[in-house]
Amino acid sequence: MQLLKTLIATTALVGAATFASAQANPAVIFDLGGKFDKSFNEMSYTGAERFKEETGIEYREFELQSDAQREQALRRFAQAGNNPVVVAGFSNATAMATVAPDFPDTDFVIIDMVVDAPNVRSVIFAEHEGSYLVGVLAAMASESGTVSFVGGMDIPLIRKFQCGYTQGAKAANPDITVLATMTGTDGSAWNNPVKGGELTMSQIQNGSDVVFAAAGGTGRGVLQAAADAGIYAIGVDANQNYMQPGTMLTSMLKRVDVAVFNAFNDVNNDEFTAGIQVMGLAEDGVGWALDEFNEGLITDEMKAAVEEARAKIISGEIVVADYMADNSCPVE
Amino acid sequence: MLDFLTNDLLQLSDSAVRFAIPLLLACLAGLYSERAGIFDIGLEGKMLVAAFAGGAFSAFAGMSVADGGWGMGGWAVWVGLGAAIFASIMLSMIHAFASITLRGNQLISGVAINFFAAGITVLVGQYWFKMGGQTPQLRGGQRFEPITLPFAEALRDVPVIGSIYYDLISGHNIIVYLGFLIVALTWWILFRTRFGLRMRAVGENPGAVDTAGISVVKLRYSALIITGILCGLAGAYLSLGTAAAGFGKDMTAGRGFIALAALIFAKWKPIPAMWATLLFGMLEAIGSKYQTLDLGIIVLPGQFMQALPYILTVVILAGFVGKAIPPKAGGEPYIKER
Repeated sequence: MQLLKTLIATTALVGAATFASAQANPAVIFDLGGKFDKSFNEMSYTGAERFKEETGIEYREFELQSDAQREQALRRFAQAGNNPVVVAGFSNATAMATVAPDFPDTDFVIIDMVVDAPNVRSVIFAEHEGSYLVGVLAAMASESGTVSFVGGMDIPLIRKFQCGYTQGAKAANPDITVLATMTGTDGSAWNNPVKGGELTMSQIQNGSDVVFAAAGGTGRGVLQAAADAGIYAIGVDANQNYMQPGTMLTSMLKRVDVAVFNAFNDVNNDEFTAGIQVMGLAEDGVGWALDEFNEGLITDEMKAAVEEARAKIISGEIVVADYMADNSCPVE
Repeated sequence: MLDFLTNDLLQLSDSAVRFAIPLLLACLAGLYSERAGIFDIGLEGKMLVAAFAGGAFSAFAGMSVADGGWGMGGWAVWVGLGAAIFASIMLSMIHAFASITLRGNQLISGVAINFFAAGITVLVGQYWFKMGGQTPQLRGGQRFEPITLPFAEALRDVPVIGSIYYDLISGHNIIVYLGFLIVALTWWILFRTRFGLRMRAVGENPGAVDTAGISVVKLRYSALIITGILCGLAGAYLSLGTAAAGFGKDMTAGRGFIALAALIFAKWKPIPAMWATLLFGMLEAIGSKYQTLDLGIIVLPGQFMQALPYILTVVILAGFVGKAIPPKAGGEPYIKER
């Protein structure tokens, strides 16, 4: 009898909790590389914080420590009645595809990957378009005729950055050489600044004078090595211009924060839609950063060129090839 | 071909030296401890804690007083180095206390130190800096700057020798030079001093040393203090002497274990330890520089190149290098009266 009472009480409690959170009880999961990677994950955090500030609604968060936790983390949040559950990172697709059907009443959002389920919103960014723009800037800023790219983990998504960057650089200067190196093939490649620095030094020795880092926390070492050698660096995801003032040419912005904020907000306003959402240049989902730290490095000519490229991509006059469309890049 | 030799090989060696230094220091650290008869798989943890203490204290010391720091300018990096060495010695002493005084299992104590280090660095880092366990980006006097050796600029244009001197030998930071100096010093201590002789003896036959009226406990404690100092240097190199410029979670990335493999490869001798770690450094440099290596007949994929140091470790430990005989009393706590 006692047991039954407890059971009923618990059920009532859970029911109450679910009811109370009918509006929004958001949760966000940060991928490997860590919440404060000054890049991708930190952008999710910024978006979640903005939501908390504007609405006063608290959110729950979890930082993944290993691949094994992906499914568990999603399931936990869904079971606890969190809605929406937002997770950033391509590696979570399998876990999402497994968990989402089990919780049809929960809204899920995955960033950087497409999961086809009626309650999942897949936000993907047109990184190749943003990378194209910083590629144009890199080629125009380079005096040596060689620019370079340091990627994090060797996956199609990062190749997409690389491919867009190369296309932009070649468009601005057809004779330019683009060197490219990936940090590694597992999750630790997102958080290995020592190696990032070493790869950059190697590229500098081979003549590069502008380096673009699309490598999460590893980028910290890339930007530092570039600053040490006095060459330009380009940040990624967040505006990283402040990190090494004077040698940061620009940053390729990827507004993960907007995606997270929108997800939280849409559920809060009961406007959530599932399906694929593409955030490109036209939607201001990607772009390039200009602020007080790099305005001295960007000449009017560069600014004009990059704005022209931007307008042409939006109008469709320039089509930037997407590496992930067929896993190949038209330029080397 | 000549271009390859002068250019690529130099760059590779240069990069290999930078990769090898933390391995070398950790390897020598392990050498002192194991020669004295104490297994130490906690090298990784000690390096990690040292890297954190170095990064954190250098950051505090270099911050201006107005920002809540100590405003020590160019001295900041030395404060960091001191803190790194101190933190590492502390952990080493915990290991010493557990395995010498309490006669506990040395492997378990080492594992505990590794876990403790992985957790405490992020915990304290988050508490101090609120940056997810990272330390702030270190700048200027908070880091070890590269040193240009005398005449490097002048000799730069001399063929071969000039470029070797300028590109390879000059332009590293002080810990790199210190590392190579310590190799020679270790050889001298181990094979030319009374302390070295006794330390080697205590790892082979502590009973005999005790009979001669020398304190086994004292010798082993001294060896572990040296281990702490060297691990401190290795950790400080990672956070203060590389482009990471600060501490990041788990930044040692298994280097402590590779150092142990190198120690076995080197058969517990200092000069071979240098060559072994340089070999590992070279493999890592090759893996970083050439993502795919075209050998003409076959093309080696990037994954293979990156796995090379680990493949080599397995090959070495499988006994490819001939018989590696560890110090006989290694891993055994010494009990005076049986």
